[in-house]
Amino acid sequence: MLREITLGQYYPADSVIHKLDPRVKLAGTILYLISLFAFRSVEAYVIATLFLGTMIYISKVPPKFMLRGLKSIIFLLLLTSIFNLFLVPGNTVLKIWKLRITDAGIETAVFMAIRLVYLIVGSSVMTLTTTPNDLTDGLEKAMGPLKKIRVPVHEISMMMSIALRFIPILMEETDKIMKAQMARGADFESGGLIQKAKNMIPLLVPLFISAFRRANDLAMAMEARGYHGGEGRTKMKPLVYKSRDRMAYLVLLAYMAVMFAVNRLGLVESFFA
Amino acid sequence: MAIKIEHLNYIYSEGTAFEKHALKDVNLELPDGQFIGIIGHTGSGKSTLIQHLNGLIRGSSGTIYYNGENIYSEGYSMRNLRSKVGLVFQYPEHQLFEVDVFTDVCFGPKNLGLPKEEVEARAYEALRLTGLKEKYYKKSPFELSGGQKRRVAIAGILAMKPEVLVLDEPTAGLDPKGRDDILNQIAKLHEEQKITVILVSHSMEDVARYVERIIVMNKGKVMFDDTPRRVFEHYQELETVGLAAPQVTYLMQNLHLKGWPVRTDATTVEEAAAEILKYCGSGR
Repeated sequence: MLREITLGQYYPADSVIHKLDPRVKLAGTILYLISLFAFRSVEAYVIATLFLGTMIYISKVPPKFMLRGLKSIIFLLLLTSIFNLFLVPGNTVLKIWKLRITDAGIETAVFMAIRLVYLIVGSSVMTLTTTPNDLTDGLEKAMGPLKKIRVPVHEISMMMSIALRFIPILMEETDKIMKAQMARGADFESGGLIQKAKNMIPLLVPLFISAFRRANDLAMAMEARGYHGGEGRTKMKPLVYKSRDRMAYLVLLAYMAVMFAVNRLGLVESFFA
Repeated sequence: MAIKIEHLNYIYSEGTAFEKHALKDVNLELPDGQFIGIIGHTGSGKSTLIQHLNGLIRGSSGTIYYNGENIYSEGYSMRNLRSKVGLVFQYPEHQLFEVDVFTDVCFGPKNLGLPKEEVEARAYEALRLTGLKEKYYKKSPFELSGGQKRRVAIAGILAMKPEVLVLDEPTAGLDPKGRDDILNQIAKLHEEQKITVILVSHSMEDVARYVERIIVMNKGKVMFDDTPRRVFEHYQELETVGLAAPQVTYLMQNLHLKGWPVRTDATTVEEAAAEILKYCGSGR
């Protein structure tokens, strides 16, 4: 029953996007998200759509997977659209009882919906083409300068990769303990909220114990292999920019430049409106 | 009164990239009172098979009958089935959660909805059957040793008074003494309580001494299903699937090759010793 859930949604495929340095993908995703919110005009959204579409096409990940992430925000999407639709002031287009739909409301609602959808799909491109480990590696390297102000960058990324590593293990463990308790007549489905919560005790206690045991074992194993934090630690696969990464940065730069050029007028307008 | 499995198939994550055909057309009959060993290499489907026996996994196709009733038929009580077919998982001590040993063993019978006195009587009886000393009954299960914890976990299943007891690798991770203790206790249980015992293992050595029937699983299929003696005759085929016959089988086969006219079908050290002594005695 728990087998169905997949976390760390990496989709293996052989594409240029998959091979890119995770730092490029991180920077790309952030720039793309900024571009979505900074530039607001029909032309800008056309370009953003083309850019996203091209990236999805190059990544060789079936679009079905890209859209999967939208499921979780469908409620948020509807809610913001409805609020924007009715609450933004402007020229009334339609009046139902006391609620007014304005032209500005429609515009904001549509733009907001597009932004949210692109935001999710855009970040899905990154998470689907990058393994969680690459991602934390990229983050560690990208945040490197923060070490100077005593941010424990290495420790943070190590914790992140360990947490990611343990998710499938703990899920398997949950499945196993659940089955073992079901074999002893435990019931995880029926009963009211309080009864259900109580019924979780036979699952949660062993699960926590096993999580602590595993954490303890892992700490021992790491110490036994001489782990002593990030100081002087080298990597088996150090992140080095290759020519395709430089190309990707150029493409990103070009995208931002085009967006900026197309939107100069729009930007000015929205500042003085 | 028996379990009957007909054309059972099971496919993990059907329809995804991770699809795995774990059981392929399994047909078995497990009559009452037998002591059965299920043997197979890691990933042979033995653990998957036994989880079908009490309905924790539902077969992709095929049927299972418990005492003549189809367990997949509408309205069949899985809870009832689970009280009749007790399944002890691998490393069962990982399922302990209560404040003391006795309360933990009470969990199973309590779930059956029995009155308090009956629950406690059963828990007491089950703990006694596993041979755990009484001074541990009120201790926290987490203070006990590995072998003791395992006894508590087995007692937790026994307290439900199952008609069939299935144990998945009950000796995994125990030292030789702990292993022998547990297996002897299980054999005694089978003798005294007259319940069906199904022992899952990948060690021929463990199983050969106790069981009357061995089912060898390989790649989701039943490869052999016979008495230990007859199964070990196929020791060469067993090797090709990553298993091995008990060491005495090899000893006797080698002696036979060297021209000793000994019988080669001994399954235990005692039998082999008797056979060799017989030869030595007659030789002089």
